[in-house]
Amino acid sequence: MEKIAVKVDDLTVAYNYKPVLWDIDLKIPEGVLMAIVGPNGAGKSTLVKAILGILKPIAGSVSIFDKPYDTQRKHVAYVPQKGSVDWDFPTTALDVVMMGTYGSLGWIKRPGANEKKRALEALEKVGMLSFKSRQISQLSGGQQQRIFLARALVQDASIYFMDEPFQGVDATTEVAIINILKELRKANKTVVVVHHDLQTVPEYFDWVTFLNVKKIATGPVKDIFNDDNLTKTYGINYKVSIQK
Amino acid sequence: MDILEYSRLVFSDYTLRTITLGTAVLGGVTGMLGSFAVLRKQSLLGDAISHAALPGIALAFLITGSKDTNVLLIGALLSGLIGTFWIRGITTKTHLKSDTALGLVLSVFFGFGMLLLTFIQKQPNANQAGLDKYLFGQAATLVESDVWLMSVVTGLCLLVLLLFWKEFKILLFDKDYAHTLGFNTKFIDVLITSFIVLAIVLGLQTVGVVLMSAMLLAPAAAARQWTNSLGVMVLLAAILGASAGVFGTAISSTQNNLSTGPVIVLVASVFVLFSFIFSPKRGLLFRQIRLIKNRNDLEFQKTLTFMYHIVEDHEDVFHPHAIKILNNFQGYSRKGLRQLISKNYVTVNGEMWNLTPEGVEAATNMYNQNLKDD
Repeated sequence: MEKIAVKVDDLTVAYNYKPVLWDIDLKIPEGVLMAIVGPNGAGKSTLVKAILGILKPIAGSVSIFDKPYDTQRKHVAYVPQKGSVDWDFPTTALDVVMMGTYGSLGWIKRPGANEKKRALEALEKVGMLSFKSRQISQLSGGQQQRIFLARALVQDASIYFMDEPFQGVDATTEVAIINILKELRKANKTVVVVHHDLQTVPEYFDWVTFLNVKKIATGPVKDIFNDDNLTKTYGINYKVSIQK
Repeated sequence: MDILEYSRLVFSDYTLRTITLGTAVLGGVTGMLGSFAVLRKQSLLGDAISHAALPGIALAFLITGSKDTNVLLIGALLSGLIGTFWIRGITTKTHLKSDTALGLVLSVFFGFGMLLLTFIQKQPNANQAGLDKYLFGQAATLVESDVWLMSVVTGLCLLVLLLFWKEFKILLFDKDYAHTLGFNTKFIDVLITSFIVLAIVLGLQTVGVVLMSAMLLAPAAAARQWTNSLGVMVLLAAILGASAGVFGTAISSTQNNLSTGPVIVLVASVFVLFSFIFSPKRGLLFRQIRLIKNRNDLEFQKTLTFMYHIVEDHEDVFHPHAIKILNNFQGYSRKGLRQLISKNYVTVNGEMWNLTPEGVEAATNMYNQNLKDD
């Protein structure tokens, strides 16, 4: 049987007594490119944040490669939503990407030549090397997104969680991100992406999870990405004909 | 008193030397820490902490009966810390936003402090006078041991900043991400906040409860205008804070009846104002100049392009046309025309104009350039 990269058991999250995620069980096999889809307020970002321990769930557990998440952090990389930080922060693109090395460095130790080399390589992968000294507020939205992606790539993790990496980016960036995703899949990495654009799901991903507070369905795109699950998730009669 | 004489006095006169050193060290450490408060969008935190320290001072006096600075400052530190943790508690445990939490803690603690102060002043004990100096600060009461204490805290703060520099930076920029990397963000947060509380408490004697937050914010806000690097910003804020201390002390000690704390704050505010207007990248002045220049350039280019469009339909591109036609073009102005003439792109004969070879060349280049950009 294939290895399970991420296993979520009975995960429940509530803001102010109102459940945002209800009793989620999820198994993500190693090496899949998975999209999490669902309407606004379905708890997609919350699911990712709860898995990563940024939000405290009121119940449930998460294991990474069959071990508790806390002991497995170095295998997991996170690409937050672009809008979650202040881009007027006084720092450069390279410096932000270097932050990806902080986890492996641990407390107090400063990044050195080796970390810088890794950061530059990641910048090159996302096509942003020529912007390395650019103040981050001078970058376009798509470029900022690519910087975040590079920061996660530096971590050289086995599992990547990305929160809406395609949101508000131009075609160049979308292509750049897709190429990175494909490369990650080739290297047998597991990638979980909070995704909004249903049209591109069959093209970009091979695994999908339908979420609307509860888990509606999870599995291979070719088996479960159909009008039935879309209707269950979005609550309206979903009649988008999607080419497979 | 001239500057030379004053600077001699700074080194020889005990009181002046103590105050100058004290305000400089204070300005340095608050400027440094203020950078972190400003970047975390917690600018009002300093204000809340300093106001929250007041009941601690009053209670310390009521309990010990002593007016020793160190005893009172320990009281201030404790109640400042309590206030800070209340703010944290309110924001994490309730739906209230941090500005509401800050405002609540600030007013409740300050109100309680004022109540205690008036109660103390009504006491028959003659010892009670002088506690109100903590409201507005009195730099003249600084003694050498106070300066030593400030220096030790500043040294400690520098050490911690250097050790945990990358942790502080990542916490400031992206707290959630720092958490996923395995850093204990709560610890880093408490560490930096504790130092901010400590620095504020140390400044109460000099600048006072009411104005203390300016010491935290002004140097940092000014420094942010000049740099895009966190390290440079922290360093610059420390230098600006220290200079505000030195200059503020100098101004207040050479003029009669100017109290030191407010003058220091005013000097720091002048730094802020100057930086907002004159900093080359973020300053208002240069931004306005760039705006006007861009607009002029654009007008100039548009006028030339318009003229070129008129002449390109004719066999002879240098054929003269009436100036009146140009009135149909919105961007046309006499000034623009003069600019074109002075660049030798256009010559004017009476009421007629025609493009020069240079003008035609410039216009075609511009046209091709625009096509390429699209």
